[in-house]
Amino acid sequence: MGIFVQNISKKFGGFVAVDDVSFEVKKGELVALLGPSGSGKSTILRIIAGLEEPDSGEIYLTGKDVTSESAQKRKVGFVFQHYALFKHMNVEKNVSFGLEIQKQRKEKIRDRVAELINLVKLQGYEKHYPDQLSGGQRQRVALARALATEPQVLLLDEPFGALDAKVRDNLAQWLREFHNKLHITSVFVTHDQNEAIEIADKIVVINRGRIEQFGNAREVYEHPKSKFVASFIGQVNVIDAVAKEDQIFIKDTEYQIETREKEPLANGDIVLLVRPEETELLTCREPYSLPSVIKTIYYRGSHFEIDCLIKDTSIRVVENKNKFIQHKWKEEQEAFLSFKSYRIFEAEEGHEKVREKLKDLGYIE
Amino acid sequence: MKSSNESVRVIRKKRHLGKSLLIGAVMGWFLILILLPLYGIIKEAFQNGFQLLISSLTTPESRHSFLLTLWITAVTIITNTFFGVVLAVVLVKQRFRGKLLFEGLVDLPFAVSPVVAGFMFIILFGPRGWIGSWFEASGIKIVYAFPGMLIATLFVTLPFVAREVIPVLREFGLQQEEAAFVLGASKWQTFWRVTLPSIKWGLAYGVTLTIARSIGEFGAVLVISGSIIRKTQTATLHIHQEFTDFNYVGAFSAAIILALASFFILTLMQRIYKRKEI
Repeated sequence: MGIFVQNISKKFGGFVAVDDVSFEVKKGELVALLGPSGSGKSTILRIIAGLEEPDSGEIYLTGKDVTSESAQKRKVGFVFQHYALFKHMNVEKNVSFGLEIQKQRKEKIRDRVAELINLVKLQGYEKHYPDQLSGGQRQRVALARALATEPQVLLLDEPFGALDAKVRDNLAQWLREFHNKLHITSVFVTHDQNEAIEIADKIVVINRGRIEQFGNAREVYEHPKSKFVASFIGQVNVIDAVAKEDQIFIKDTEYQIETREKEPLANGDIVLLVRPEETELLTCREPYSLPSVIKTIYYRGSHFEIDCLIKDTSIRVVENKNKFIQHKWKEEQEAFLSFKSYRIFEAEEGHEKVREKLKDLGYIE
Repeated sequence: MKSSNESVRVIRKKRHLGKSLLIGAVMGWFLILILLPLYGIIKEAFQNGFQLLISSLTTPESRHSFLLTLWITAVTIITNTFFGVVLAVVLVKQRFRGKLLFEGLVDLPFAVSPVVAGFMFIILFGPRGWIGSWFEASGIKIVYAFPGMLIATLFVTLPFVAREVIPVLREFGLQQEEAAFVLGASKWQTFWRVTLPSIKWGLAYGVTLTIARSIGEFGAVLVISGSIIRKTQTATLHIHQEFTDFNYVGAFSAAIILALASFFILTLMQRIYKRKEI
């Protein structure tokens, strides 16, 4: 058994940071805590490490209740967002700190430090001080330092947040390989859904201190349980629609969408969530395709993204290069949109509200 | 082209002139305020020969005063380094009611005239003061004695260490300490191995300022000590005594020693300041 978080809640003043959160990380798993900033994900990580005390709930590490134990006694490896390396110590001293606290034998410390510096590929940098290292190197020192004492559990707070894109991708990939090799039970916090999808075995999606969904990347991406998850993980179009006698129409139009639901639909306003790659742009009308006008074409290197307008609703479409060239799409051209799949949510929260929330979070413009 | 080049040169010349004037003014000011008085002291002290200088420094009064200054400074360094660090840690890390007011009060010794501070302590610790009368009853003299002088010096030097350490500690933040905790270090180990090494240059600078001030303190100590020869006379009070007794050689010889001490402290401060910047 790895980590078990049971009914954890935490308030800061009047602000509820963590609200009755429970989840389990199995031994050897790499789990991502994913959510927007201020969602409470870092607080959960700090509570697991013992750096923050929960108001209620329990934390179990490797089967043992550690809720009342101090951070010193929990023996977890922790990698801080801004590395938190000891600035007055060189790489070697940083890595050996935990072992020296444990009063290990000198030769043993020396061997272990050399082994770790090898592992994080920092040979030749032993005597360098943190301010002489690049961001990626510092991150690796932080990782080596956290692993030195052979912790049962590794916790990483936004491990790649402060790095530039290229270094981040490399390091993320490296962390995944690294985890495959060591199989240490790990939890990392991130606000970057791509990072979570790429390297985590499972993803805990957190919003406003609560778990929205817990599952592997594919489950979370393809079967989101809430509007929040659907919109937070990956790009998504939010479309107002109306259900009428098991038929779906785009709101305020006669445009009908193919109904795929097996369950009967309640009449009334609904919201459709469609990912850009679940759409198809056609040159001529087909059943259930929607007449639209191409507004803007974005070149994205490997593919194109196209914004189409159905009446007043703007919809983002992803088109691969071959298809794009074949169709010769131009701005202001008429095109027909078809949805290969979509998800229906009740509209009780209202389209505008969802849209505002997404805007606040910076996921749509 | 040519004319524009010339005009540039004229502007440069003007600028150059302004620059020289500014540097000249600063140098002149420096000369009048610092170098000339220093020269004066050295000249006066050596006027009657090296022998006289040495003999005036080795009088029992002189020796006693320097020893007293040394003692007060030593105890002040130890006490205020400790309390300064504790004060800084409490003000940076703890949250409590009235913290802002408290933090403002730390600077009080900077704002209060040392003479006024001296009187404050006489009121408090004098034979009829509320605390002094109690000590008097148990036979301990504070005013016109070593404890009083020490308290006055502690008071005037209180802000130095805290003021230097507080910003360094704030910038240092919490993360490195948390990193140490997670690695199994106790609070005590974390303080010695992580926090202290990170604030050491700020601390050293504060201690140096404390030394300089406690050696040079005059007003507060004068008021509370009564300046009794060979009893409560520190080096600065001794210089003042010699001067008012028209014994200029004695005054200037002692002054030279203090000037030398200042020079030494100044160099030390410069060095520490450079390290602090890094």
